[in-house]
Amino acid sequence: MIYFDNAATTMHKPEPVIHAVVQAMNSLGNAGRGAHEASLDASRNIYGVRERIVDFFHGEDPSRIAFTLNSTESLNMAIKGILEPGDHVVTTVLEHNSVLRPLYEMEEKGVEVTILSCDEYGMVYPEDFAAAVRPNTKAFICTHGSNLTGNVIDIRQIGKTARDRGIRFVVDASQTAGVFDIDVQKMNIDILCFTGHKGLLGPQGTGGMYVRKGVNVRPLKSGGSGVKTFEKKHPAQMPTALEAGTLNGHGLAGLGAAVDYLNQKGITSIRKKEQALMEKFYLGVRDIPGVKVYGDFRTMNRCAIVTLNIRDYDSGEVGDALYVDYGIAVRTGAHCAPLMHQSLGTAEQGAVRFSFSHFNTEEEIQRGIDAVRELAE
Amino acid sequence: MIRKKIPCAVLTFSTTTAAMSMEKKCGDYKIPGRLIPVPREITAGCGLAWKMTAEDYEAYKQKIERLNLTVEQIVFMEL
Repeated sequence: MIYFDNAATTMHKPEPVIHAVVQAMNSLGNAGRGAHEASLDASRNIYGVRERIVDFFHGEDPSRIAFTLNSTESLNMAIKGILEPGDHVVTTVLEHNSVLRPLYEMEEKGVEVTILSCDEYGMVYPEDFAAAVRPNTKAFICTHGSNLTGNVIDIRQIGKTARDRGIRFVVDASQTAGVFDIDVQKMNIDILCFTGHKGLLGPQGTGGMYVRKGVNVRPLKSGGSGVKTFEKKHPAQMPTALEAGTLNGHGLAGLGAAVDYLNQKGITSIRKKEQALMEKFYLGVRDIPGVKVYGDFRTMNRCAIVTLNIRDYDSGEVGDALYVDYGIAVRTGAHCAPLMHQSLGTAEQGAVRFSFSHFNTEEEIQRGIDAVRELAE
Repeated sequence: MIRKKIPCAVLTFSTTTAAMSMEKKCGDYKIPGRLIPVPREITAGCGLAWKMTAEDYEAYKQKIERLNLTVEQIVFMEL
């Protein structure tokens, strides 16, 4: 199989990640639930991952990283945990349903939501955020990279706009964490939501959020914490405040190994390789008659995603042909990004998304181009 | 038979993360001690506490203070 669905999950994981998970499953107890070595080892392991993640995103201290299941859980916690009825929030049509649906829920509870539209390239710009500010604007919530088009948004400038106005800045880094440099302090990010199983190359069921010192997030869950057992309220201290229940220690061991791999390999070299593969694919398909590519390719400094349609063919049918006849795995349909599809005019047809990893090869890219050409004939 | 008790300093924390930070930094800076379950005499947030002899605590007190750790309380007791 040629796997071009890395924006959904990176299927090819580095060997040390798999090894770390197996080792953890053979040895770890429950973190924070005892003072014997099995439990302490689990706590040490998770603390080590916290340290590596906070360093990776240039945060101030490991206690500001809370682990969750994935970006969806982090985003739900961020959105429902900082907004109150009467607040105004600015977001974009680029967002995934993991941002939009929690916001629609909050809208029913009296939160005002402004959704910025995009231009013909599928882009939104920092000045759009600035122009949407109202006296009651509490937060900007924005993806770093569109999961549909691969467009990368200038979060550094949006962060500055937010901080200058005392507005909270929440970033969905699902498509960029592990590939693009993210410095939460320099980018003025108050809450960074990430998943472990995409660019970070860790196991599914790992993810988390960075919460800046001084920002309080109401937890979605309460329960076992291993601390303050006799208090009726869940502890307010980070990261325990946002981590009720046993953590995914086995998965997090893998995530820690994945961050080591990324640091060793260097995310700049990973990004360059992925972008070179994307560029080759883009240049190979863009002029094929009947092929329409979506997104902003004025720059190649974007996520390694090329989304297209062939004539008026149902995207699902194209995806099926790609897999059955060519052994190429892609993602078709709506990609949980309803407003982006509506903006591109692809709500009915859907689109065929090719997303690449540094583990892909040029030969695989060529086979992908050839397959698209044949299907478009 | 339960072990013979000696004067100790017991440092408590509000989260497991803070306890882990203590253990890590004490390892890095060669400060003696180890994590234990919090003794029942102490009301603490986290179930883990850092135990060191009272003698060691006095010797390393300044070093510990400089580490900027999130310690909830320091209790002296026979342990």
